[in-house]
Amino acid sequence: MPKVTVDGQELEVPEGATVLQACELAGKEIPRFCYHERLSIAGNCRMCLVEVKPGPPKPQASCALPATEGQEIRTDSEMVKTAREGVMEFLLINHPLDCPICDQGGECDLQDQSVAYGRGATRYEENKRAVTEKYMGPLIKTVMTRCIHCTRCVRFSEEIAGVDEIGAVGRGEDMQITTYLEQAAEHELSANVIDLCPVGALTSRPYAFEARPWELKKTLSIDVSDAVGANIRLDSRGREVMRALPRVNDAVNEEWLSDKGRYMVDGLSKRRLDKVFMRKRGKLQPATWDEAFKAIAKAKPGKAIAAVAGDMVDCETMFAAKALLKACGSKLIEGRQTGMDYDVSNLAAVNFNSTFEGLEHAGAILIVGSHIRWEAPLVNVRIRKAVKRGAKVYVVGPYWDTTYPAEFLGEDLGVLNKLPKDVADAFKNAERGAVIVGGGALKGAHGKAMALASDWGADFNVLHFSAARMGGLMLGFAQKGGMADIVKAKPKVLISLGADEMDYEPFTDTLKVYIGHHGDKGAHSADIILPAASYAEKDGTYVNTEGRVQFAEKAVFAPGDAREDWTILRALADALKVEVGFDNFAQLQSAMIAEVPALGEEGLADYGALPKVDAKAKAEGTMSAYPIKDFYLTNPIARASEVMQRCSSELLHDGELAEAAE
Amino acid sequence: MLADKDRIFTNLYGFQDWGLKAAQQRGDWDDTKSLIARGHDNIIEEVKASGLRGRGGAGFPTGLKWSFMPKESKDGRPSFLVINADESEPGSCKDREIIRHDPHKLIEGALVAGYAMRARAAYIYIRGEYIREAETLQAAIDEAYDAGLIGKNASKSGYDFDVFLHRGAGAYICGEETAMIESLEGKKGQPRLKPPFPAGAGLYGCPTTVNNVESIAVVPTILRRGASWFASFGRENNKGTKLFQISGHVNKPCVVEEALSIPFSELIEKHCGGIIGGKDNLLAVIPGGSSVPLVPAEQIWDAPMDFDGLKDLGSGLGTAGVIVMDKSTDIVRAISRLSYFYKHESCGQCTPCREGTGWMWRMMERLRTGDAAIEEIDMLQQVTKQVEGHTICALGDAAAWPIQGLIRHFRPELERRIEEHNAKFAPDTLEAAE
Repeated sequence: MPKVTVDGQELEVPEGATVLQACELAGKEIPRFCYHERLSIAGNCRMCLVEVKPGPPKPQASCALPATEGQEIRTDSEMVKTAREGVMEFLLINHPLDCPICDQGGECDLQDQSVAYGRGATRYEENKRAVTEKYMGPLIKTVMTRCIHCTRCVRFSEEIAGVDEIGAVGRGEDMQITTYLEQAAEHELSANVIDLCPVGALTSRPYAFEARPWELKKTLSIDVSDAVGANIRLDSRGREVMRALPRVNDAVNEEWLSDKGRYMVDGLSKRRLDKVFMRKRGKLQPATWDEAFKAIAKAKPGKAIAAVAGDMVDCETMFAAKALLKACGSKLIEGRQTGMDYDVSNLAAVNFNSTFEGLEHAGAILIVGSHIRWEAPLVNVRIRKAVKRGAKVYVVGPYWDTTYPAEFLGEDLGVLNKLPKDVADAFKNAERGAVIVGGGALKGAHGKAMALASDWGADFNVLHFSAARMGGLMLGFAQKGGMADIVKAKPKVLISLGADEMDYEPFTDTLKVYIGHHGDKGAHSADIILPAASYAEKDGTYVNTEGRVQFAEKAVFAPGDAREDWTILRALADALKVEVGFDNFAQLQSAMIAEVPALGEEGLADYGALPKVDAKAKAEGTMSAYPIKDFYLTNPIARASEVMQRCSSELLHDGELAEAAE
Repeated sequence: MLADKDRIFTNLYGFQDWGLKAAQQRGDWDDTKSLIARGHDNIIEEVKASGLRGRGGAGFPTGLKWSFMPKESKDGRPSFLVINADESEPGSCKDREIIRHDPHKLIEGALVAGYAMRARAAYIYIRGEYIREAETLQAAIDEAYDAGLIGKNASKSGYDFDVFLHRGAGAYICGEETAMIESLEGKKGQPRLKPPFPAGAGLYGCPTTVNNVESIAVVPTILRRGASWFASFGRENNKGTKLFQISGHVNKPCVVEEALSIPFSELIEKHCGGIIGGKDNLLAVIPGGSSVPLVPAEQIWDAPMDFDGLKDLGSGLGTAGVIVMDKSTDIVRAISRLSYFYKHESCGQCTPCREGTGWMWRMMERLRTGDAAIEEIDMLQQVTKQVEGHTICALGDAAAWPIQGLIRHFRPELERRIEEHNAKFAPDTLEAAE
């Protein structure tokens, strides 16, 4: 551990630390633009200059300089001050200084640092440079005149996303950052460059001129667009969620967020169910809560009541429904809407056991039936990191565009029964391996994949893509035969908790009660619609695919007559004249935690050891397609979102839909 | 004056053929095997003893540079020699003469130097505009391969050594060693951060030494004639012979090999037929290619042309591309043109150079016409100081120095122009015009 002196303060820094990190450890703020912890070091903004002895008698870029024994670092000397002023002056001479009309205003690194480290006034009297706008797709708005060429966006695309889309053309003061041939940035993490951009060159297109950061209420939440459970911050103004931003959580999303999680929020105010509806003479008509509850009570379900949980519901909602059904004497609860019926007697067998952080250290990865880029873009980032460290990746399933070298073994799941020798060798040689089974392949390959993992000593992982899945399974939302069991039971009343992907066809004689927030597939099939709250409008617990329990907070109130889901279920209990045992949210939560203690503790739930594997298990079947057909439209909120629709049409369908609409 | 027998580049002017036969008659490739047989470290020691300093501009001792290369590869990475033939500095034209008239000196030097630093291969990065030169050099390389002088068991020495020619695409910055390495790797020519230095991780992440053409081409002759012979020329710490390239207002511009430390006056009078219009007509000299500050006539005349002598004058030897300017020169315009060059060639990677070069050029243009305020001269000086030493590579320094030299020596001229210009537009003359 080298010992250095920062402004006279002596301290030990970790091996391999840079001078900038040493200064930070000493509690000194070092201004920077190009340096970012998660990207490679570019050293091109020159803002982090400090004085270092021994060394040449000129300021050094601290971000790129390794801290070595006996260094004397000064961050407060005259040389450093003038160097910072000089660099800041250069950064500003060609910057338009249009802060009043810039969306970055108030959260702009350039703005903040120029106040802190710049000169009071400009000495530049020549004309400023102007740069033509670049088109970077429906999510990223560009004002390239503001660009300070820090190349964070270039490095993000190249290093994290693995897509060589953004780069610099030209040189000197004519250098411009642009996408290749000015095409849209076409990947699922593209909007992260907006967060990375230290100035207002890349800003959010859907959020353009919507709000100022200081007007927004910030709420800590969890992303429900996939099963990764990315930590997000919902910024709201009044009753509207203006934007979603990633929070830092190294164990889950680092500091990235998928475009869907970020931009489906405009769907929160569109196609909302804000009134009670009842089907009268074949048509849905507005009604009152009273009428609706009376109608449900009139159906006299007794024990013949079932509940199906959707992909985005929180654990509390599911527990409330479960409690209601239990009070009625029914156990017909299910969450796997599309009819999957894998064995859930041991949750470790359907969990992502490597953990996302652990996946980075895998030396060999076998992906069975999962389009990871679409099902969990942030897990794909981890695999890319593993590959950069030397991991080999094999994929069973139809081809998709990986962002790293990967070998595709074909669509036939049977290939698992007789894998090529090099796959087995790769796993045997790797210190740590990971087998990842996607939801689509659980039917044919679950047992065999588990057997392979156990054989190789690799981690066995199941990658879900519903935010509610692990929580639902922990609460017992699974029948032995899956949805088929529910159909077979012919319930009189079916409560759908925002279940929009299930098939309502078999339930013709059932009173279908939809408790949800968007007028999507489920609402269209329902007989009674009870408007409920989306993830932004209620407190709730979510469990991600690695079994990580996380809490989300309520950012805004649900619109119109909509209520938080648990209150609806509590009222329904009164209508059905049963006791559920809770009258407020705290009671509900403690009842839930009493039943499933793991849900009361943030962090990884312990599912115990993997079950004994069936060594004779065989994989069978063919995967001809992945469950997700359109990355941008996987859930009712995204489908209601104009931004997501535009992304889908422009990025995935070459504008076909937009043209058809015109 | 350097005697003909002491010249290293005996076909500098192309009076003879450049081909292998002619080169061998001039002494190239003469028993190269025995040069190599001296061993890696012996060659490096000999070059160190000769006092050879890098001929590309910075003047770093060549032997010392080679000694930074790893003695053995610990992880199987090969070492590389990269030869910088991207001669783009305004005022420099020596490498071109070597390549087109004496290419075998370079190729033999590449083998010997490459062997000394345990390099697997040499990459010669030649300036894109040198089309004929690249053709000649490639033909010479092919000749050498065919004669078994390089390649497997090069010159029957038992050492395998390849020489590759790579053509640049016209960017001045690719003459910077790390930008050259990036460019060789197929990337955008932008200098890398140092550390790591190329000797640790250079081309394709392997230990690499980047040397100028002239530094490499003189090595076989130094080895043949001995370090003491080479060290007998020039002053202490500035040893050897050097190609001087004199351009501008002299009667006979030329490239000439001379001993280092030759007085400027001798160089001009003996080889260039004197200044146009005589000694008194000399205004200023840029002694080392466009990047170094100019030196006014009265200071340069008796100065020794070597690294330390010119450093004492606040300038530098650089590549010894001597640009002579007589009194007919619009000195401000000349320096402004250089500023434009650096603005045009800045790679745009780091802030001070990207933004500063454009600013400096624009201010120089205003100073050229006098459309400025006196205080702006000081501001310009400050801006050059804000660029100098704050950048990743030395292009920022190179852009700043000519302007600093101008302000240091020609401030009265700048002020005169400003006063003249402002007088023309002064309020009372305007009134008079109305």
